[in-house]
Amino acid sequence: MPQVFNAKSNVLARATFLVAGLLLVVIILAGMYMTPYTHRTGIALDQPAPFSHKHHAKELGIDCRYCHTGVEEAPYAGIPATEVCMTCHSQIWTNSPLLLPVQESYLKKIPLRWNKVNKVPDFVYFDHSIHIDRGVSCFTCHGNVTEMNLTFKTNAFEMLYCLDCHRNPEEFLRPTDQVFNAKYEAPPNQNDLGRRLMEQHAIDTKQLENCWVCHR
Amino acid sequence: MEKGNKVNPADETRGPSKMPEPRRVTISELRDRLKNGDPGVWRSLEEIADDEEVKAFLDQEFPRHTAPWMGEMDRRQFLRLAGASLALAGLAGCRIRPIKEIVPYVKAPENLVPGIPKFYATALTLGGYATGVLVESHEGRPTKVEGNPEHPASLGSTNALTQAMILELYDPDRSQALTRDGRYVTPATFESDVKARLRRQIATGGDGIRFLSPSGSSPTVERLFARLQERYPKLRRHYWDAVHRDSVYEGARLSFGRPLEPVYRLDRANVIVSLDGDFLFEGPGSVRYSRDFADRRRVRKNSPAMNRLYVVESTMSVTGGMADHRLALRPSEVEAFAAALRSAIRDGASGSDAHGAFLSAVAQDLIANRGASVVIAGESQPAAVHALVNEINALLGNYGSTVQWIEPVVNPESRLESIRELTADLQDGKVEMLFILEGNPVYDAPVDLQFGEAVRRAGFSVRLGLYEDETSARCRYHIPMAHELESWGDSRAFDGTASIQQPLIEPLYNGVSPIKLLAMLLGDERSEREIVKETWQLAGLGGSAFDDVWSATLSKGVVPNSAFVAEDVSVSPFTAATSRASSSLEVRFKPDPTVFDGRFSNSPWLQELPKPFLQATWDNVMMVSPRTAERLGIEIDLSAVVVGGLAPVAELTVGGRKVKGPVWIVPGHPDDTVTVTLGYGRELAGRVGNGAGFNACQIRAQEGSWFAPASLALTGEKAQIALTQHHYSMENRGIVHEMEIGEYGHEEHDAAHEEMSLYPDREYDGNKWAMVIDTTLCTGCNACVAACVAENNIATVGKDQVIRSREMHWIRIDRYFDDLDNPRYVHVPVPCMQCENAPCEVVCPVAATTHDGEGLNMMVYNRCVGTRYCSNNCPYKVRRFNFYKYTLYPGTWDEETPVTKLLRNPNVTVRGRGVMEKCTYCVQRISAARRRAKKEGRPIRDGEVVTACQAACPTQAIVFGNWNDPNARVTAEKTEPHHYVLMEELNTRPRTGYLPRFRNPNPALKEAR
Amino acid sequence: MSQVVHDQEVSDTGQEQLISAEHSNASLTSKIGDIVLKQPSPKQWFVALGFGLIGLSGLLVSIAWLLYKGVGIWGVNIPVGWGFAIINFVWWIGIGHAGTLISAILLLMRQRWRTSINRLAETMTLFAVMCAGMFPLLHLGRPWIFYWLFPYPNALGLWPNFRSPLVWDVFAVSTYFTVSLVFWYVGLIPDLASLRDRAKKRIVQVAMGFLALGWRGSASHWYRYESAYLLLAGLSTPLVVSVHSIVSFDFAVSIIPGWHTTIFPPYFVAGAVYSGFAMVLTIVIPLRSWYKLRDLITIDHLDWMARITLVTGLIVFYGYLTEIFYAWYSGNVFESFMMANRMAGPYSPLYWSLIFCNGIAPQILWWRAARRNIIVLFAMSLIVNIGMWLERFIIVVTSLHADFMPSSWDMYTPTFWDILTYVGTIGFFLTGMVLFVRLLPAIPIAEMKHLLHQKMHGHSHEPEEAKA
Repeated sequence: MPQVFNAKSNVLARATFLVAGLLLVVIILAGMYMTPYTHRTGIALDQPAPFSHKHHAKELGIDCRYCHTGVEEAPYAGIPATEVCMTCHSQIWTNSPLLLPVQESYLKKIPLRWNKVNKVPDFVYFDHSIHIDRGVSCFTCHGNVTEMNLTFKTNAFEMLYCLDCHRNPEEFLRPTDQVFNAKYEAPPNQNDLGRRLMEQHAIDTKQLENCWVCHR
Repeated sequence: MEKGNKVNPADETRGPSKMPEPRRVTISELRDRLKNGDPGVWRSLEEIADDEEVKAFLDQEFPRHTAPWMGEMDRRQFLRLAGASLALAGLAGCRIRPIKEIVPYVKAPENLVPGIPKFYATALTLGGYATGVLVESHEGRPTKVEGNPEHPASLGSTNALTQAMILELYDPDRSQALTRDGRYVTPATFESDVKARLRRQIATGGDGIRFLSPSGSSPTVERLFARLQERYPKLRRHYWDAVHRDSVYEGARLSFGRPLEPVYRLDRANVIVSLDGDFLFEGPGSVRYSRDFADRRRVRKNSPAMNRLYVVESTMSVTGGMADHRLALRPSEVEAFAAALRSAIRDGASGSDAHGAFLSAVAQDLIANRGASVVIAGESQPAAVHALVNEINALLGNYGSTVQWIEPVVNPESRLESIRELTADLQDGKVEMLFILEGNPVYDAPVDLQFGEAVRRAGFSVRLGLYEDETSARCRYHIPMAHELESWGDSRAFDGTASIQQPLIEPLYNGVSPIKLLAMLLGDERSEREIVKETWQLAGLGGSAFDDVWSATLSKGVVPNSAFVAEDVSVSPFTAATSRASSSLEVRFKPDPTVFDGRFSNSPWLQELPKPFLQATWDNVMMVSPRTAERLGIEIDLSAVVVGGLAPVAELTVGGRKVKGPVWIVPGHPDDTVTVTLGYGRELAGRVGNGAGFNACQIRAQEGSWFAPASLALTGEKAQIALTQHHYSMENRGIVHEMEIGEYGHEEHDAAHEEMSLYPDREYDGNKWAMVIDTTLCTGCNACVAACVAENNIATVGKDQVIRSREMHWIRIDRYFDDLDNPRYVHVPVPCMQCENAPCEVVCPVAATTHDGEGLNMMVYNRCVGTRYCSNNCPYKVRRFNFYKYTLYPGTWDEETPVTKLLRNPNVTVRGRGVMEKCTYCVQRISAARRRAKKEGRPIRDGEVVTACQAACPTQAIVFGNWNDPNARVTAEKTEPHHYVLMEELNTRPRTGYLPRFRNPNPALKEAR
Repeated sequence: MSQVVHDQEVSDTGQEQLISAEHSNASLTSKIGDIVLKQPSPKQWFVALGFGLIGLSGLLVSIAWLLYKGVGIWGVNIPVGWGFAIINFVWWIGIGHAGTLISAILLLMRQRWRTSINRLAETMTLFAVMCAGMFPLLHLGRPWIFYWLFPYPNALGLWPNFRSPLVWDVFAVSTYFTVSLVFWYVGLIPDLASLRDRAKKRIVQVAMGFLALGWRGSASHWYRYESAYLLLAGLSTPLVVSVHSIVSFDFAVSIIPGWHTTIFPPYFVAGAVYSGFAMVLTIVIPLRSWYKLRDLITIDHLDWMARITLVTGLIVFYGYLTEIFYAWYSGNVFESFMMANRMAGPYSPLYWSLIFCNGIAPQILWWRAARRNIIVLFAMSLIVNIGMWLERFIIVVTSLHADFMPSSWDMYTPTFWDILTYVGTIGFFLTGMVLFVRLLPAIPIAEMKHLLHQKMHGHSHEPEEAKA
């Protein structure tokens, strides 16, 4: 009886390796879901006006709270109303083309439509004010925006990211007076400091891990 | 405002993303668009409102006011906000993680911090009587109604109807533009028309002008009418309420020679006798009365005593369900009973008639409690009964103590008389201009008047109403009315206390308030706010310091000491011979417990609210007693394991008029009586209300507008009604512990018995949330359910889903009774038990429901995959499942209705399809309190966290708090000797506990029950 | 190498006939092989395939609609959160049991009568488990995130809840499927090789050759083959017990009256074998007549299976009786009500027909005549299949529809889509089986030869020495 398969048919066998390869690709694609490409970490989005945190916050030294007024009392830090921009820009750079959208918005009473840079899913209830109050700095989550010309997000807000801090806050807490300080450097004994602050604020990690702290 | 609207990931790719941009639309364009039933109509109209030329019209005719408390916030900004919240409701994105937009203000409203809700004090009226409320507002969107603790009619509580008024505000079916003969016209057209006609009326002194409106208590409206009457002396006002109180005022006339309004002080009454009066549930002050009643019934260690309630009634009412002794009579028999009671008390004659024992016992009890007793007659009983009752109360010396008489809060004119005259004038063609403000007389006026036909005879008719309903269809002009939450106004409570109503939002649908309309007729160009303000300035509020007092009043919600003072009265004994009771079957009319007189027909929340005792939704039924049912050959097996909702259809005939509807058996209902509720069978209610139930007004004539001889015959058809409870018996499972007040403290319930568990005990060192519900106080009024729906974005699912047993209520009120013929009812509100050994947690494969350090049983919607195992394993069946995407507007599942999104509580996730949900103890409120407390560096105070159900409960039967706090109220309740939990033997260790149902029977009537 | 086709029932000589006497190795190979290679399919085959495909398309439609609308299209509600989906899941899994039992346990027990039917049984197992597997997936509210039930590293920092029986299910069922698949395939290899060698068409040669993994039938091949086969048998034996025990935990671990019972695991396993054998009978009886295999799947095979059915049936019936006894003996108000409600409540007709199907009817198998009567056996097998489905319905529905809180009692009524989905899976199952008998040897040639060998030389060899 003649052989059905000649020597070449071993290729078939090898084909199976190909399949394995394909599987690998799939896994890689799945991995990409976690990459900056989809998270847009480190990628600046186009905005109606090319606002520079670096210029305003660092070079001019304007405090975060001047524009993000809600951050200490409300869940939402708040995006400044056009009129806030105009408090200065009705005086300076009045004829800069970069500011046209802002002026237009102000005159026509049509709001600017910014693209959201940092966001958590709709089913996550994040309260800025309580974090600020416990000594979690703006820069801990948002990165050092004072170095950003166009704003981009530095952290992908995956659940694990939040849990890291909710499980060991001591590694991140600052003295409350340093929360808005971009130049602050964590001391070498951060963990001791953190633990002290935790006692001071009566922070209970058991509670911080409860689902409803973020999900309601 | 980023979180303006929460959606579940399942919903993420839904919802309109575009913010409404102002664009030019012509009226005709719009008309066509509306003809094609554009679902987005409400927005088109908003666009129109921003259209410059139309704006010119509007501004000229109806100058739009800006509410000062909203800072610079005008409609545009509100819409921008709305737009933003909608935009963020989830942009459709094919990308894995779509970029979302964030839309800030152009000019930020003053003192508004996005994310922090504000509360505004105002008042909502029903039948003209105000209930003071605090309305929660998120970035200019009113989202929730709470009672105003400062207000005498509320004391912080509300009833279900008040809770649902917030939904009425947003109802997309509300009328949205001014129409003439059903076609859209500009307000200018209307105004020039009406003004021209008014000018012609000057000559005749306004002889041809008629106003028809339901009861109202607004001083401003009265003032404007006075001014109108100056200009048109012959102008006539008429009144009609389907739920009228003629007999109350007529009774007062008989007793005191003038119409007066009774106010009861139940907190002073040891013995209460109700003659067909549902004072705990219906009528002015019912919420307050419930509170006073409950305060004398709350059995605790420090006060192990309670009042005693006798109810003689001709239907099955909420008050009747609470009675210690109850006597069910046919409506026409009550009068005889009243007369007998009077003579029993006046000349000690022992009750000779059928109910002798009962009657004399009641009489003795009353006499024994002179000055601390009260007899209350229901508005459905004739004036004679009221006169008799007035006399009885006088004989018992209750005046000044438990009963006070004040000047009528609303106009006391007989409603039947009034509308009769109007109809006559209409038929004689005397009416040249007819204004119908609010109400829906074409639907609910006495059928034999054929009011609908008469209206057509009016030369010129104008209708101001929230909906383009049956009445609008018969009028020349329809003007969309502004909701009470959209307009300035004022109103009085049951005791005369006045409140100023302030708008929470600009009119969504270009509505106009009655005040605005009247002002327009007077050519008064000022804003409502100025007019209302003027009223109170003229009334001398605050004298010189008016402005301060005014703003104080606004923030407090109550006009200081504006309550009416009690009149001193002298009763003339009632002499007329009492009428003979008819012998035939009788029909008894009743406002519906959920849709009232039909004004709430289009409210999905209320339609889906189970009706007390029936546990039926979305329908009204003809209620009969088991014996009557037997006699009529009605076969419903109430004792079945599962009672299906298949009801036999019967034809009810009254005075030759017929109506068909499903019959249902209500144990405890008087024999030979059929109770039908008003408010159903609407034709032009809206998408939700249309066609639901049958229209009882079709058999309700001038004679016997509350009860009348009738006959009932089965048609052989069957109708499916949607029940939420299918089994009446507790099957001896001790779900409610019942005991008599005498047993208090005896045979103490062994709370401290050995509790065993396979799992190690958990330490709850921080807060330990717990709830106690007092079944003695629960009247089964469903206010808690409505409040929960409003607070937690709970979806309504529609009749067919309720039939499939998929209603979504997080708290339900189970009602049980022990006997078909002579039942004792108990109500038990069942929220999540928050078990410490929760069976649901163990079985969830993805840990979507877990336990937290404070004892809460958490439900994480976005983790839930929907195996429904947790619900199967929940012994209390308090879990609810989204079998479909229920977030669409009820009745129109195929269609998204953006406006209802504005209503949602932004702090509670809107659940999408396929996830489980349940009561969370209002964890969003706990969380808010927790964050507040932490920022202030203190523990959460007792009473700082109030769950929605607890806040609404008129009898305050629900107590919630931190069980670890020795001074917390809940801790005290937990240590009550008879405190128990549901099915303790399962060792689930519920955090929600109950106090038994205490009764206070009269020893003389023990065996009689 | 055309052969006389022996198709008469083997004469009932009283002593066991597991293969007709006239067969030779060659005749066996050709007879079984030709079904795949030469023989045109009988018309019944096309009819069966037709029905199968209709059902299958029904399944696809109902799944599409389910994913579009949501699980609300089914009759499930609160309190009855599980309906047809779970009923069918347990039913199919149960059926899936006969395969492994016959292949593995009977092999280890040296039951020679297993030979000619084991492959059919194994194939049946595979398709049954596939059908079963579909349901837990589809009945999820959000099926697209089913993978959250698997433990895998993720950005949520969450694991599944290992306390939940549903997670155990995931492991139990997937393991069972994998092992059964491998077992089935390994058994096929020698036959695939002999088909490869007999095949005329190039395409068939290639296909079979590819699948045969270059089997040459050398001694070393046989040696490895036999040991692998034995190992797999040992491996899958515990699975027979574990899978359905764990499935039964879905109920036993909960606290629902009627579910929370210690007897569930043994009684579920017995029930599974019971229904499994019934299904084998349902398939084998028509098949042996369509393909004229009465000489290979003899009446004695059927007799054996009937006996097993009877035994397991008795165990199941005993289970019912214990349930009743405990409902009374426990004195637990919920238990006793549940049982009373089963017997007299709204679902009582179903309960009593269940008792008839699984309790009364099988007793007929005590009689040898009945066991050897094709008609009776076939009817019996159908009755048992129905009975076992009813059992699951009773367990799932009657326990849930009236459990603890009388206020939330309600009825469960399946919808059109419930039924279509169920019928659909049957269609899927049928299609699968029909295609299998056409494309692969439905009876293990090699093992039959082994059997023949033993028959001729009158004594058994150890498998290791067996040569084809």
